Amino acid sequence: MVVQKSERLLNLLIMLLVQRHYVSKDRIRSILYPDSSTDAFEKMFERDKEELRSLGVPIEVGNMDAYFDDEPGYRIRPDQLALPDVQLTADEAAVIGLATRVWEHARLAEATTEAVRKLTALGIPTDVTALEIAQPRLSADEPSFDVFWEAVQERTPVEFEYRRSGAASSRTRHLEPWGVVRYSGRWYVVGFDTDRGEERVFRLSRVQGVARKNGRPGSYDVPPGTDVRATTVRLAPAPTTTRVTVLVREGSGLALRRDAEEIQPGVDGPDDLTAWDRVVISRGGGVGDELLGYAADVYVEEPAHVREELVRRLTAALERTA
Amino acid sequence: MSTSTSSGAKDQVARLLTLVPYLHAHGQVRLDDAARALGIEPDQLLGDLKVLLMCGLPGGYPDDLIDVDLDALEGPEADGVIRVSNADYLARPLKLTPTEATAIIVALRALRSSASEQTREVVDRALAKLEAAAAGGSAAPRIDPGEESPERLDQARLEDDLQDAVGRRRQVRLTYFVPSRDEQSERTVDPRGVVTAHGFRYLDAWCHLAEAPRLFRLDRIRAATVLDQPIETAPEGPRDLSDGLFTRASDTMPVTLALDPEARWIVEYYPVEAVRRRRGGRLEVDLLIADERWLQRLLLRLAPHARVISPPELQVRFLEQARTTLSLYA
Repeated sequence: MVVQKSERLLNLLIMLLVQRHYVSKDRIRSILYPDSSTDAFEKMFERDKEELRSLGVPIEVGNMDAYFDDEPGYRIRPDQLALPDVQLTADEAAVIGLATRVWEHARLAEATTEAVRKLTALGIPTDVTALEIAQPRLSADEPSFDVFWEAVQERTPVEFEYRRSGAASSRTRHLEPWGVVRYSGRWYVVGFDTDRGEERVFRLSRVQGVARKNGRPGSYDVPPGTDVRATTVRLAPAPTTTRVTVLVREGSGLALRRDAEEIQPGVDGPDDLTAWDRVVISRGGGVGDELLGYAADVYVEEPAHVREELVRRLTAALERTA
Repeated sequence: MSTSTSSGAKDQVARLLTLVPYLHAHGQVRLDDAARALGIEPDQLLGDLKVLLMCGLPGGYPDDLIDVDLDALEGPEADGVIRVSNADYLARPLKLTPTEATAIIVALRALRSSASEQTREVVDRALAKLEAAAAGGSAAPRIDPGEESPERLDQARLEDDLQDAVGRRRQVRLTYFVPSRDEQSERTVDPRGVVTAHGFRYLDAWCHLAEAPRLFRLDRIRAATVLDQPIETAPEGPRDLSDGLFTRASDTMPVTLALDPEARWIVEYYPVEAVRRRRGGRLEVDLLIADERWLQRLLLRLAPHARVISPPELQVRFLEQARTTLSLYA
């Protein structure tokens, strides 16, 4: 009878788990791989061990006899295999259940569900009624997110193309990632930039294409005491705000009015087609883009540099097609 | 027994290592209940149990094998209850893998930031236990989901309310803002569900003002009240938006734009049909648009780094708008 592979994998796990001592390769072969040639056995055994390890099964290798450097033996220690005893109360189990709906990222949503399944396998009743919580969602659409996530877990160096804010072209960067941080709704990676010899922060949405791992796992250490959030906040470009005074046609510019610090209705405007209101807003970067979007419904009074930006950009658009 | 591929075998072992502790903790469970709890099909669960039957201690004696009462699951005597014995050494679930530990801890931290004071205390207790169980095996301390911004929290609450209305089949009164038209409107809708497309969340609903199904971007809903009034249209699930927002070609117009490198980012933000590289890092981009005002606003925002190649009348209207706007400053 052909033994199914999953059967062999599980039997191997049980065999190494229930023995108190290391089990020799010969014994493993004679019981689980009796009909295989030496070559075939070596290959299958290697692959089987790898597959079990990738499931999180810790297979230890050791010497059978402390006094002789003979062939290696294998074992799985029960305390290394099993989840420690986690006693969850009903409300704790309920919040853990909610965690499965947080990630909007297929792989991490699946990993969370699997974790919850393991944690609740021991039969904990859940009670959601007492929870006051708005369901948050963590999305991670950046194509390079997975690579940085893995690199942070394994401590593997990464190479990627990066386009800085306002730059037209991208450059190849080399980073030893320390952590991945969401700040103001965006994901950043923080780490040691080996080209610059300094710590740096990169916004994942500006990474062009997919990042590549470039080195071995565990090839660097995160400096002890590193606070990845504090580093990101310190190094990420600080949002600067500008106070802008604009004239807005009566009945338009709803989003500007909603955020207004001040509105003066019925003021003189640049034309008499409609009535105009004066609106004062505070904005971070990109205020020029936003105001241009209103076309002739908005006129910038102050500051001069925003007004000049609009005039310059509109003039350029007209000249280019002339 | 069916043959299985390599990853199939690994997945099956993973399922079995979750199944045995589950059965151990729950005692006698019906096959279909267990399948539901474990998120798999009953047939697959039965297949898994048949593999389990062939496993056990390495002695080779019948008593060494794990015992599964198949007669209770198949055949005339079946009562549908799973009975497994002789598998005590597999009674505990596997440790969390580093990815699992990190994913769940980061998810809980995100939950924490949107919880009330009282619930936050529950989340903290759960987190402490999980962090102890992960025992340094996770990278969670170095992956930080951050605090939810007040806007995101409002949106999360709004989404909870809308989901609740969908579940109870109640109408919703919306105040909705359309930036491309610079317009705010009040409307009553029959909500169908909340869906994601291009990184935004949308409410799909039958709109009684438009008398048609409409999508409402959640961050543009200024106010929403769930009414006592039940929905008037037949209940229907939300649309599948995985292929994009526009499904009916009659609603849309194909447009070709020329973009300078400074405007290339729009390719990552808006659904585009085709992208062609041009000299000097420029791009030529085809996209489908549903509303010309949306496009005109985009062109103005990108000025002077984008222009319309076709249809040419859109470029003419864009230049008219630019000229009129510039004349305000003359």
